[in-house]
Amino acid sequence: MTSPVENPASAETIVRLESVEKTYRMGPVTVQALRGISLSIEAGDYISIMGPSGCGKSTLLNVLGCLDRPSSGHYFLGADDVSNLDDRDLSEIRGARLGFIFQSYNLIQQLTVVENIEVPLFYQGCGEEEMRERAAHLAKLVGLEARLDHKPFELSGGQQQRVAIARALVNDPLVILADEPTGNLDSVSGQEILKVFDDLNSHGKTIILVTHDAEVARHAARAVRLRDGLVDSDVRFNKS
Amino acid sequence: MPASHKFQRARPAPGFHFGRLKRIVRLGLKTLWLHRLRSLLTVLGIVFGVCSVIAMLAIGEGASHEAQEQIKNLGSQNIIVRSIKPPDQQKASEGSQQSYVLQYGLTYADVRRIRATITGVQLILPSRIMREYVWNIDRRLDCEIIATVPWYPTLRHHEVISGRFFTDHEMDAKASVCVLGAELVPVLFPLGSPLGKEVRVGGSYYHVVGVMAPRGKNPQTGADVQQSSQTVPNSMFIPLETAKTRYGEILRKIRSGSFEQERVELHELTVEVASSEQVMATADAVKALLERHHPKKDYEMVVPLELLRRAERTKQIFNIVLGSIAAISLLVGGIGIMNIMLASVTERTREIGIRRALGAKREDIITQFLVEAVILSAAGGIIGVLLGVIIPHFVSQFAGMRTIITFWSPFLAFTISGTVGVIFGIYPAFRAAAMDPVEALRHE
Repeated sequence: MTSPVENPASAETIVRLESVEKTYRMGPVTVQALRGISLSIEAGDYISIMGPSGCGKSTLLNVLGCLDRPSSGHYFLGADDVSNLDDRDLSEIRGARLGFIFQSYNLIQQLTVVENIEVPLFYQGCGEEEMRERAAHLAKLVGLEARLDHKPFELSGGQQQRVAIARALVNDPLVILADEPTGNLDSVSGQEILKVFDDLNSHGKTIILVTHDAEVARHAARAVRLRDGLVDSDVRFNKS
Repeated sequence: MPASHKFQRARPAPGFHFGRLKRIVRLGLKTLWLHRLRSLLTVLGIVFGVCSVIAMLAIGEGASHEAQEQIKNLGSQNIIVRSIKPPDQQKASEGSQQSYVLQYGLTYADVRRIRATITGVQLILPSRIMREYVWNIDRRLDCEIIATVPWYPTLRHHEVISGRFFTDHEMDAKASVCVLGAELVPVLFPLGSPLGKEVRVGGSYYHVVGVMAPRGKNPQTGADVQQSSQTVPNSMFIPLETAKTRYGEILRKIRSGSFEQERVELHELTVEVASSEQVMATADAVKALLERHHPKKDYEMVVPLELLRRAERTKQIFNIVLGSIAAISLLVGGIGIMNIMLASVTERTREIGIRRALGAKREDIITQFLVEAVILSAAGGIIGVLLGVIIPHFVSQFAGMRTIITFWSPFLAFTISGTVGVIFGIYPAFRAAAMDPVEALRHE
């Protein structure tokens, strides 16, 4: 059912980590959260990152999401080494190449559904009409075309997560980073969201899914397991 | 793949054009509207600051305008010299040979001397002032009879509103004509025009040839002005020559239980100087001249220009005091805004984290919070300006005080309140932008 990972030669590598380390200084104590992680992800892949708490999952996600810089090592996203970019360029990269989906949806409460979806485009400097058009299109894609002008608190958890997915897709990112996307949802809504992910992946979207739930991880084509800041196992599921 | 590859932007960096700003402003308004009461309370400091500045400036401007008007009526090129009873009159009258005739004041000789020796003097206007009842049949009014010369209206900037002033010819002919002050007309002639009618003063009748324009109401702006505004009480003008023949040089004042006689040639001299630059120098010269001939100090000098300058200085001080009050209240308002913005930044840490994750740069966050602070202070400024314009209106309506809103004061107040927003919004905005995105996202 599983086999060791081998890079399909045909696919383009869009994420490549080269012995990435991350150390935090907390007063006198130094915590080494990542101790040299190397990882390559090809376009169109669907990968889950698992591991017990404290294994470095969140740190890895922050590095992958360009929210944090590695202490050493290199991180290539697309064609560029983003490990040493300054705050401004990292913001630009986040806005242009990454789509975030969070456990607690993280929608902006005072904005409507369509405005929430528009946020990444706004920071990309999009025109008003282009934004509206694209946001409406994506809202339709996740089945929320009837709720464009609703506020997040008027929606169910599953619907809010759909808005977040639309928001993550709106700038047509290279990679979608999902952090426990089903963690706050009941199992039915969770299954629906995972179904959306499957659809997206089948349309060629690259998805990195961080979870501690093995059932959720099974939706991915490849499972990376972390332990103590290192890659413990990296397996590819053979889907029949 | 090269190890260090300079990353290329997908799109050109977004410029700062109007559409973007509009969206940021709309977002700011929406956010502030969510906390209506809090925003309103925050803004109150600025509102009161701006409103009090404009209203007080308007009231101050009105008061000083009135004072200056009064002074200007006296003529900024004029020097007014007035006879007063010398301070030692009691002793003088007791020890004097003429027993009860008190002699003091300006004389015709003074006029001749000033005219002969002081250059720069253009015109001299002598006048005598007597207090008498003026009658029309059975209506009477206590009145100042001002005996003067035909060029009085031009020199004292006091216009005739109907009819005319008396002429040189009437002056020479010692004609019994008079010009009434506007205040007399409604009392003596409640029906119809007084022109062509007659009024009685003592035993003689005067033909009314004209009516003077009304002068400002009772001034509340200081003793100097009040003293010098001789024309403010009811007054009636007659030719100086006529007065000389009618009254002679000696005035008798009969009061209950006392009887005194005064010999005063002229009560008031108005000296017009060719240009206002020369006024102060000429005033000194006139003073020196009079001092030599009036050892008893039986005169006083009023230089309207000096009063005007003094009034302007007072106004300047007033403005400085107002400015300080304004500065303090705006400072307090600004601190209020800063306080609430800091609270808002903390409260919205997560939103900041989300926005940063979705591609917002530091400057985007700074702009967002700065715009909110400016909206608060500008809204406060607008409300303050409105109140500041309305309040003086009511003050003039109900307190009868004159108020003037200078056109620049609302603009100034508004600009300053906007600036306050920027200044006090910068620190919270920078705090918001300086947050670590990871920390901000983790914030509950």
